[in-house]
Amino acid sequence: MMDYESLIPAHIRDVKPSGIRKFFDLVGEKKDVISLTIGEPDFVTPWHIRVAGIESLEGGKTYYTANSGLVKLREEIAAYLARRFDAHYDPAKEVVVTVGGSEAIDIAFRALLSPGDEVIIPQPAFVCYEPLAKLAGGTPVIINTKAENLFRLTPEELRAAITPKTKMLVLPYPNNPTGAIMTREDLDAIAEVLKGTNILVMSDEIYAELTYGREHCSCAAVPGLAERTVLVSGFSKAFAMTGWRLGYLCAPAPLCRQMLKLHQYAIMCAPTTAQFAAIEAMKNGDDDVAMMREEYNRRRRFLTKGLREIGLPCFEPEGAFYVFPDVSGFGLTSEEFCSRLLEEYNVAIVPGSAFGACGEGFARISYAYSIEHIEKALECMESFVKTLRK
Amino acid sequence: MNEFLKTIENNCRLTDRQLAMLLDKDEGDIREMIEKYEKDRVILGYKAIIDWDRTDRESVTALIEVKITPQRDRGFERVAEKICNYPEVESLYLMSGGFDLAVLIEGKTMKEVAYFVAMKLAPIEDVISTATHFVLRKYKDKGVFYGAEPVDERGQYIG
Repeated sequence: MMDYESLIPAHIRDVKPSGIRKFFDLVGEKKDVISLTIGEPDFVTPWHIRVAGIESLEGGKTYYTANSGLVKLREEIAAYLARRFDAHYDPAKEVVVTVGGSEAIDIAFRALLSPGDEVIIPQPAFVCYEPLAKLAGGTPVIINTKAENLFRLTPEELRAAITPKTKMLVLPYPNNPTGAIMTREDLDAIAEVLKGTNILVMSDEIYAELTYGREHCSCAAVPGLAERTVLVSGFSKAFAMTGWRLGYLCAPAPLCRQMLKLHQYAIMCAPTTAQFAAIEAMKNGDDDVAMMREEYNRRRRFLTKGLREIGLPCFEPEGAFYVFPDVSGFGLTSEEFCSRLLEEYNVAIVPGSAFGACGEGFARISYAYSIEHIEKALECMESFVKTLRK
Repeated sequence: MNEFLKTIENNCRLTDRQLAMLLDKDEGDIREMIEKYEKDRVILGYKAIIDWDRTDRESVTALIEVKITPQRDRGFERVAEKICNYPEVESLYLMSGGFDLAVLIEGKTMKEVAYFVAMKLAPIEDVISTATHFVLRKYKDKGVFYGAEPVDERGQYIG
């Protein structure tokens, strides 16, 4: 008889299942749920991009590519980053095409952390940073960002979290789940704190194209940050290409070389079909991105206004496709609020606590859904909130 | 302004309140804009896209290519105006290329369409020739796909 339990290393067993998973399991058990939980575009990949993938298959391009990705794609990524965000990378030595932004995050942690290195993670944040940093031997140091600061990282908070063991700062902006952004001034202030240190920044800019009202400012364009930044991004959110599993990381060559080693041994290369499609996205995708951004923006206004009207305060989300309302006014934890909303009104949203302790009191609502769908959910939420007030 | 028009072009059943929420305006602003656009004939009407094949109503659509002799000073205008007047005519466009006017007409049966072409369209003075093409199946109209509604197949994933 095999004793499987004894085979599992403690540090793997200790990885907690995500709070979102628990909630999704609840959602899965119910029928006809109006869900606003999904963190991926409801658009299909633009047709011309799909065609580029199809044509690559028809043309028999079914081989591996270079480990770091097709030369042409890396060149296009570098040109795109320069054009859109004034970020400048050498496609030959500073760009690696990865299997989604997630792989980029993983190999950045594994290639750059030594046991005991501290990784500063501002929360609420995407659920993968903490476990992946731990699995790479790092020690997560959590900063609880605050609603009154628009969930931005302040220089004071950062300064207080830095120790001699600090190796890396994660900057997850535009932010999932809060929709917060960091402006140029905010980033300048962060650069000022990091000046003279040897601390790295891992900037997850997967939502860079989805900001509303002002253009995203990349860490790679900020003097004082650029030289210490590992830029993580990808095609999933901006080009509605989640299923293609394609992302990239950009970093100074000495760092890139090391991360590439992990990528080449563990992954070999990102999917070739997806890479050919991504070339088309980089070259001719700007209009599609603009169209989707406009649509998200309409829904963002609709949802934010709707939530405020039913008495759920929410700060103005300026990026990504989430709204993060305050649900603390009813004497319920955010998990209780979301569970009861699901139980009693069949609407699913994610408790903010799934994204870190400081997400308690909030809930993440995705607007990667049609207006009709969002409106239906709002109506149910209004009834729910009314019963809570009684 | 453009965003307003694009939004309403996509779905004209949105209420003033919904439009106000989507576009971050007051309902009063929305009503004013609609009034102005209607008055300026920028917004010409509001119509539903209907798949008649899913009803018991018989319907057939045809595209008719029409060649005409342009008139001194008035070009194609007079003939176009004449053709427009027939209620069967859904759309009428002046075209570049091998023919002059494209007439989209809808009738109950092919016979009815054929009758319209033979008895009404072709005899119009200055019409040189017509070529009638019947629509066999509609796949997409005004940006809307015919057929079943797409299902949301996105998986629940951690993120």
